[in-house]
Parts: sequence; C-alpha cells; structure tokens
Amino acid sequence: MTMDTNKKLAVFIASAIVLAVLPFVVGNTLGNSWVRTIDFALLYVMLALGLNIVVGFAGLLDLGFIAFYAVGAYTFALLGSPHFDIHLPFYISIPLGAGLAAMFGLLLGTPVLKLKGDYLAIVTLGFGEIVRIFMNNLNAPVNITNGPQGINLIDPIQIGGVSLGKAIEVFGFSLNPVHMYYYVFLFLTVVVVIMVYRLQHSRIGRAWVAMREDSIAAAAMGLNIRNIKLLAFALGALSGGVAGGLFATFQGFISPESFGLLESIMILAMVVLGGMGHIPGVILGAVVLTIAPEVLRDVIGPLQMHTFGKMIVDPENARMLLFGAAMVIMMLVRPEGMWPSKRRAAEFKDAKKG
Amino acid sequence: MDIFLQQILNGLVLGSIYALIALGYTMVYGIMGLINFAHGEVVMFGAMVTITVVTSLMNAGVGLPGPMLVLIGLLVAIPACMLLGYSIERVAYRPLRGAPKLAPLITAIGLSIVLQQVAILIWGRNYIPFPAILDHETIEIFGATITKLQLGIVALCLLLMIGLLVVVEKTKLGRAMRATSQNPAVASLMGVNVNTIISATFVMGSALGAIAGVMVATNYDQAHYYMGFMIGLKAFTAAVLGGIGNLGGAVAGGILLGIIESLGAGYIGDLTGGFLGSHYQDIFAFAVLIVVLIFRPSGLLGEKMADRA
Repeated sequence: MTMDTNKKLAVFIASAIVLAVLPFVVGNTLGNSWVRTIDFALLYVMLALGLNIVVGFAGLLDLGFIAFYAVGAYTFALLGSPHFDIHLPFYISIPLGAGLAAMFGLLLGTPVLKLKGDYLAIVTLGFGEIVRIFMNNLNAPVNITNGPQGINLIDPIQIGGVSLGKAIEVFGFSLNPVHMYYYVFLFLTVVVVIMVYRLQHSRIGRAWVAMREDSIAAAAMGLNIRNIKLLAFALGALSGGVAGGLFATFQGFISPESFGLLESIMILAMVVLGGMGHIPGVILGAVVLTIAPEVLRDVIGPLQMHTFGKMIVDPENARMLLFGAAMVIMMLVRPEGMWPSKRRAAEFKDAKKG
Repeated sequence: MDIFLQQILNGLVLGSIYALIALGYTMVYGIMGLINFAHGEVVMFGAMVTITVVTSLMNAGVGLPGPMLVLIGLLVAIPACMLLGYSIERVAYRPLRGAPKLAPLITAIGLSIVLQQVAILIWGRNYIPFPAILDHETIEIFGATITKLQLGIVALCLLLMIGLLVVVEKTKLGRAMRATSQNPAVASLMGVNVNTIISATFVMGSALGAIAGVMVATNYDQAHYYMGFMIGLKAFTAAVLGGIGNLGGAVAGGILLGIIESLGAGYIGDLTGGFLGSHYQDIFAFAVLIVVLIFRPSGLLGEKMADRA
C-alpha cells in the first residue's frame, strides 16, 4: 500500500466516523431541530447532484428540475397515505417514484432535444410550472392530488416492523425520527454519490463532457447525441425522484407550494455556487445553502437584541436579505464556484487573462 | 361571440403590458446575451413608488385630478427605476462580463431576492391597494366592454413601442446599440462606448418596466412585493415566444401570449367539458410556448443563430 492510498483510507475512515456520530453530537449540543436541518441538507445534496448531471456534466440548463422532486414526492404520498388508503412499503414506492421521475425526464427531454441555451431553460421552466399547476388543480372533478391543501399523514418508513416515525429506545439510547431518517438519507446519499462518481468517469460521463464542449464535434466522433441527452435528463430526474419520495415520508405532508420555481432556482444556485460539474463542490454548495439560512435565522434576532437592545429589522426579512446579498457577493468574488474542478478553475483563469 | 370579443380585448390589454415588459428582457438579451432575471423587480418598484407618491400627495391634500396624480407618480418612479436598472447592471452584470452565462444568472437571482426583501422593508408584506382615483368608466364595442383606462393602457403601450423602435432604428444611439449587439468588440473599435450603450439599454428597459408596473397596478387595483415574479416570468416567456433579442418578436409574443391566456381561461371549461377550469390559464401560456419552440426552436420571429450557451 502506498502512502497515497493510506492517506485516502484514513480520510475515508475519519469522515465515516464523523458522519456516523454527527446527528448525536449535533442533537445533544445544538438540539434536534439542527439534526432536522442536516437531514434536509442531505436531501438537497441528492437533488443538487441530480441537477449537476444535467447542468454540470451535460451542460443543459434546466430550470424545472423541481418537477422530478415533485413526481417522486407525490408518488410516495399517493401510495402511502390515507388519501387513497393505499399503504405500499417504502421499498416499492421510492423506486417506483424514482422510475416515474425518470420517465418524466424522458418526457421533458424528447421534445426539447433541438433547443439550445436559454430556449431550453425557459421550456424546462415552463414544464416545471405545468407540473406544479396540475398538482395544484387535480382535485376536481376527480380528487387525485388534493389540490392546494396537499396530502397529509403520509406513512413513515418502516424497516423490519420498526416505524421511523416514532422515537424508540435502543440500549438506553433514545433514537428520534430525525436521527433514524438521517441514516436512511445518508445511505441513499452515498448511493447517489457513488452513482454520479461512477457515471462521471464512465464512457457516458466522457460523452456528456464531449457534448457539453462541442456537440457537433461529439456527433462527428460517433456519439449519439440524442441518447446521451435523454440519458442525462433521465438519470438526473432519477435522483430527484428518490429525494422527493424521502421528502414526502420525512415531512409526512406535501403540498404544491414546496415545488415552486424558486426551489428549482435554489437547487441551481447550489450547483453553481458550489462548483458546477465538480461533485465535492456541488455537495458543499448544497450543504452551505441549506445550513446558512438556518444559521442566519438563529443569529440575527439575538444579535440585534444584543447590539441595539431592540429588533430593528424583522429577522426573517434580514435573513433573506443577507442570503440574497451573499449569493451576489459569492458569485462576484468566485464566479467559478466555491470549490470548482481543476479543469474549470483553469478555464476561468484563462478567461480572466483574456 | 361577444364573449370571444371580450376575451380578445382582455387579452389585448394584458398582452400589451406583457409586451412592454418583454421589451426590457429582449433588449438586454439582444445586447448582452443574458437573461436579466431582476427585471420583474424593477416593474414591481415602479408600481410601488408610484403608489407611494400618489398616496402621499393625496394625504397632503393636493387637489389634482387622478390622472395628473398618477403622472406625477410616474415622473418620480421612472427615474427611480432607471437608477435601479443602472445599478443592477453595475453591481450584478458588469463585473461578470466574459464569465460563463450561469454566473450572472445567479447574481441576478440573488439581487432579485435582495430587492424583494428591500420592498418588504419599505412597503411591508401586504397587498397595497391602488388609490381609487382613476375612473373605471366603460365603453361598449360590439357587445364587449372595455374601460377607458384599459384603452389608455393599450394606446400608451403602442406609443411607447413605436417610440422605442424609432430610437433603435433611427437614432445614433440606436445604431450604436445594434452595432453592440452584433459584435461588441468591433463596435468598440468603431468608437462606440460599449459600457455606455449597455447602461443605456438597461436604463431604457427599466423606464418601460416602471410604466408597465404602474399599468399592472392600475389594472388590478393593487401591488405587492412579489408581483414582479409572475409578471416577469410571463413577459420573459413572451420574449422567448417571439424570438428573444428581437424587438418586434417581443411585441408579437407579448400580445399573442396575453390573448392566448385570456382565450384559454375563457374557453378551457367548455373545451374540456368542465374537466379543467379557468385556473389552468397559466398552463396555456407554457404549453403554447413549448409547442411553438418545438417547431420553431428560436421563436416566432427569431433568427437562426449559433449555439451561445
């Protein structure tokens, strides 16, 4: 074993230990609401990695990515709630939701094969809005989605007869739902991370890069542009669908409000701010953009009380204000993202030199 | 038949407002090749500033007729929005010129969030009513009704569009704008100050946006910090529908979108046997967009162009 692999192994083991104990450390020091935030961070990592396949690898700007998340979430909710009184186990409804989301990816991908750049962006945006509008309105005449009220009392995940929806005692440890969901999310996030890593370095991954850089040259080299484009849409949608199903069961409640354009844009911001096309960067972007608003929520109110003795600016308002400003400043300072791939960083350096 | 005509008239009013906002998007796109996502917020500020000015004048007991008050409001709002548009370009876009297109997209979205929050700080989260100072007298045309106000909106839109076309096609500034949109580097070699031209484009688009914002507020009798989002989205859709970067396309796309939307809202119930209701109105806009782009990938009037993404 060389030094390098030893080092890699050490980093791997260290991060595995950190990730394994994280919810307990955070839960005991900062409280369980923070564990919940971390759970959401994992969901967003899955979403951002899915979008990164489309935007980062294949270079197709998608502004309607949240639609796939919605498809996954609604599939789970309809197949596991009192709404239709169907209660399928999660190991059926999550893959089903992911598959359905992938089909929606193909559905979106097929008509837009010829579109480029901003035209593609606006059509994907329209697609996302159409999906949301249907979810908002498919409560009459046949009530399918329950309209704007959303679907309530979605089943929690059950593993071996243990429901993750209630706290349990294991060897004197009290395990909260947020802790148990953390491990489920972590497992699936790791699966998604492995999937995108393997994809990136595969034949398909190289084909995406070739298409992104120059689709005509790629086609001339014998790549089937249509198929690899569709594959990008479908695989991106797949991980969006998985995250959606998890979101539904974790929240226990979903409504069309959670699937607006702003969410799509947030996920895109995670990809771009993190470092488009670079998997560790995208993960970092997703984590930072999920955690930062929550930190601001906790800090701004007390800080104002402390310095001015009273609330000057409504904390919710100040939080979003700072968040927006941070997005602008980050992009101005590092347009290549927080943690870009070496290749992209080099491209930016070249572009700056002119 | 009169329902049909009524919907066409409604669509025309809505569509000309869309067209006015779409011009702001399309001008910026034509020159810089980027989507100015913060344009909707400029529209919102135009409406909000005008309402504030009008309300405070009324509270101060100024006894002018309604249209005069609105005009004074506009005279404050237009320069304010021009300044806003200028600052948006300076802060969010100029430092990123030459960077890949997604970077300015993100700064624009960030700036949008900031502007909305600033609007909340100033005007709060509630709907602000437009003071009832404009009469809503209606006229009848072949059995359909339209208010004089709406007629005025359509007329003013047409006037502004013609004015813009004259500026772009006939003046020195317009020629410099067209040159910049074709090739900024060569334009600057020919003595065009590209920075000034880009600023001018943003300022002109923002002035149109401010006026459009007031039109929206008078037409719906209210304004809201979030109003810029949906109207901006629709207007942007209109610009793409017509072929983004093309002024005539923006006008055609805007009016077409307005008419399609109101016809869709009026007839969707009958068409589907009551299965789908008028709240599916927004679907029409996007569905038409998708269908048009499948057959004409660069919009109705757009030229075929090389891949810029």
